[in-house]
Amino acid sequence: MLSFIFKRLLVAIPTLLILIVLSFLLMHAAPGGPFTQEKAIPPEILANLNAKYGLDQPLWRQMFSYVWGIVAHFDFGPSFIYKDRTVNEIIAQGFPVTLTYGAYAFVFAVLAGVLLGVMAAIFHNTWADYLAVGISIGAQVLPNFVMAPILVLVFTLWLGWLPGGGWEGGKWPYLIMPVIALATSYMASIARITRSSMLEVLTSNHIRTARAKGLPTWKVITRHALKPALIPVISYLGPAFVAMITGSVVVDMYFSTGGIGKAFVDAALNRDYAVMMGVTLLVGFLTILFNLLVDVLYAWIDPKIRY
Amino acid sequence: MKKHLLLSTFLGLALTSAAFADKNPKTGEELSANQAYSYWMLDAIKSLDPHIMASVEDSDVGRSLFEGLYDEDGDGNLVPAGALENTVSDDLTTYTFKLRPEAKWSNGDPVVAQDYVDGWQRLVDPATASEYAWYMELMQVVNASEVIAGTKPVSELGVKAIDATTLEVKILAPLPYFTKMLTHTSTFPSNKANETKFGADWTKPGNMVGNGAYILKEHIPGEKVVMEKSPTYWDAANVIMSPVTALTINDENAALVRYQAGELDRTTVPAGQFPRLSKEFPEEATSTPYSCSYTYIMNLAEGKGNPALKDVRVRKALSYALDRDIVVNNILQGGQKPAYNWTHWALNGFTMPVIDYSTWTQAERDAKAVALLAEAGFGPENPLKLTLNYNTSEAHQKIAVAVQQMWKQKLAIELTPQNFEWKVHTDKMKSGDFEMARYAWCGDYNEASTYLDLFTQYSGQNDAKFANDGYDALLKEAKTLADPSPNYTKAEEILAAEMPMIPIYHYAKVDMVKADIKGLPENNVQQTWYAKDLYRIQK
Repeated sequence: MLSFIFKRLLVAIPTLLILIVLSFLLMHAAPGGPFTQEKAIPPEILANLNAKYGLDQPLWRQMFSYVWGIVAHFDFGPSFIYKDRTVNEIIAQGFPVTLTYGAYAFVFAVLAGVLLGVMAAIFHNTWADYLAVGISIGAQVLPNFVMAPILVLVFTLWLGWLPGGGWEGGKWPYLIMPVIALATSYMASIARITRSSMLEVLTSNHIRTARAKGLPTWKVITRHALKPALIPVISYLGPAFVAMITGSVVVDMYFSTGGIGKAFVDAALNRDYAVMMGVTLLVGFLTILFNLLVDVLYAWIDPKIRY
Repeated sequence: MKKHLLLSTFLGLALTSAAFADKNPKTGEELSANQAYSYWMLDAIKSLDPHIMASVEDSDVGRSLFEGLYDEDGDGNLVPAGALENTVSDDLTTYTFKLRPEAKWSNGDPVVAQDYVDGWQRLVDPATASEYAWYMELMQVVNASEVIAGTKPVSELGVKAIDATTLEVKILAPLPYFTKMLTHTSTFPSNKANETKFGADWTKPGNMVGNGAYILKEHIPGEKVVMEKSPTYWDAANVIMSPVTALTINDENAALVRYQAGELDRTTVPAGQFPRLSKEFPEEATSTPYSCSYTYIMNLAEGKGNPALKDVRVRKALSYALDRDIVVNNILQGGQKPAYNWTHWALNGFTMPVIDYSTWTQAERDAKAVALLAEAGFGPENPLKLTLNYNTSEAHQKIAVAVQQMWKQKLAIELTPQNFEWKVHTDKMKSGDFEMARYAWCGDYNEASTYLDLFTQYSGQNDAKFANDGYDALLKEAKTLADPSPNYTKAEEILAAEMPMIPIYHYAKVDMVKADIKGLPENNVQQTWYAKDLYRIQK
């Protein structure tokens, strides 16, 4: 097991390097640059800007000094657009925000999703099943850019219970709506995956055996059915968790949380090369890490899986 | 002892509340006890360094944290701020500013002439790499271009501290609106000692030393900026609003909801909602002129763009057949004005020229357009095919589609609107890879040349590549005239005769403002506002 984890981490290094090279090239291939604007900057000033940010260097050298900065100093460079700040500062400010509401949303989505899915499978083809499926389909078809304004309309404007946006260091009134807006569609997916996988498990031989020996239903479900039924759910959760903690542009935009999701999209639109690389690397690293974690979880859940 | 403490607390409370729950010292209006103000910003602050900042949001905050030689009043006139007065030499190229002796930085140091010299030098220093360094070239400060290009040291810049309160500026040639340009954040002073001490971190709360009416309390990028009244500001006795909070809300509709929930005192009105809001909230919905013009430019560069657009008859036909009233009244609906000329109508001291086709009825314009296009060889049998580039935005798209229909119905033109992401759109425009393109220009200062200079051959912004020697001569001459208005009128007439672009509308700033907020500019087309001028009245 340990050697498996070690090997996977070793493979992560070239993977991240390929990610850097590819995103770097793609980014520079996009038309326009960080200083392209409607009010054109005169050439001599543009030259000063390019010199300051190293954009006057050949591409391979920019890429090399970028990688070197990370390896040697853990320095992801300055932002080309948010000029008072470095990429490290931008991530240090935005990532904890999305990590917070993302983690809460994850817990909520998993608990509610699995519960709905299990309920639907156990009470297959009854009103409880239809209700659970109805809720999850409803949550699925209501994208967060529709959900967010509805939540604000109801809880801020009509009821006046919650503030319409902001973060205030993550105080709970500011957390509720971003968490719900982010969690619902994930919850729906988890519920559907759990339901179909549970239905399959419930017809398998070992469940029939467990029932035959007279175990009560709740024991059959919790002890024998849930674990194997969760395997497909867990393979979904790895990437979903990364996507959630790295934020959602809709949630960040609508609730002005100051999270990293908005920063990522802004960086792409503004051609803020350094910020974009920084966030891409962060997402890449987290994806590798949580995929590894998922693989380790498999082994724990299913004793048949050995590495 | 305890009694004393109690007494002094009472006194202290009475004193502080006297400054607020009282009357406005200038107007005598009864003030509300609540003098906190919060307003909407579309985007996160990009920089709080006055010599780096380039966006409207940044400058709005910058004018509260720092102060330059002059401020603007609600009508766009100059008001002494860091400077008390100025004199100009007989040849109109040397300005001497008498600075306000009582002006202080927030650390208590006096603001001296050398601070302005430092600030101006910092702006053009290649090491600073400020995007707005060109502003000092526009001001024609001696050696600005050479310093920016790196051929002369910053010390050669034409600005000098004669003594602590006397600042001397030398410019290359007379510039009638020179002092008007001094309200821009790029011309603000610099506290060199503090910038050296903290390096790149000097703009962070706690580190920043400013000379404005407010100090930076909190800055969470993408969420908010909080400012509090500065006790060291020379006019602190007349500063009423505090704290002032700027909230970043990227979604205009979300901002409106938060305004209605009472979280904001001022926000923007999303396109098309002004008629409804002004009916529901007549005291809060406002529309005031805003110095920007919206246009479609045509590519006149040799060998680029569409050959048909090189024919002035085609360009005129397109302009005449574009019904501005529909754009303004049916699409934008926010008090914008139809444009038949380039310079924004509300600019300070600008005489609106009478442009021939602006006086015609739309039917007359349409008839003329059909005739001109036929002369140029296009019509229903030989339809003209054109493309129009615009950047991603609902309003741009709506206008483009409306124009497509207008030209199709009236002139049988097959127009293909092409939507591009912002950077791609700009890149195509700058490299001449377009036939027609949506464009907008916002004035840098409150004078017509900020618009008209754009279409000279020596302007870096002339993406239409309009080339007219007579036009250039008029604008060059205008800089030396006491009254440049006749030249501006002639220049506008040349634009109407040659039609390198189709003026479409002049902007308005369409906002929701709580009815008890006073002190926002009503006739300042630059929309330059100062938090220190605001106050909330008792309702």
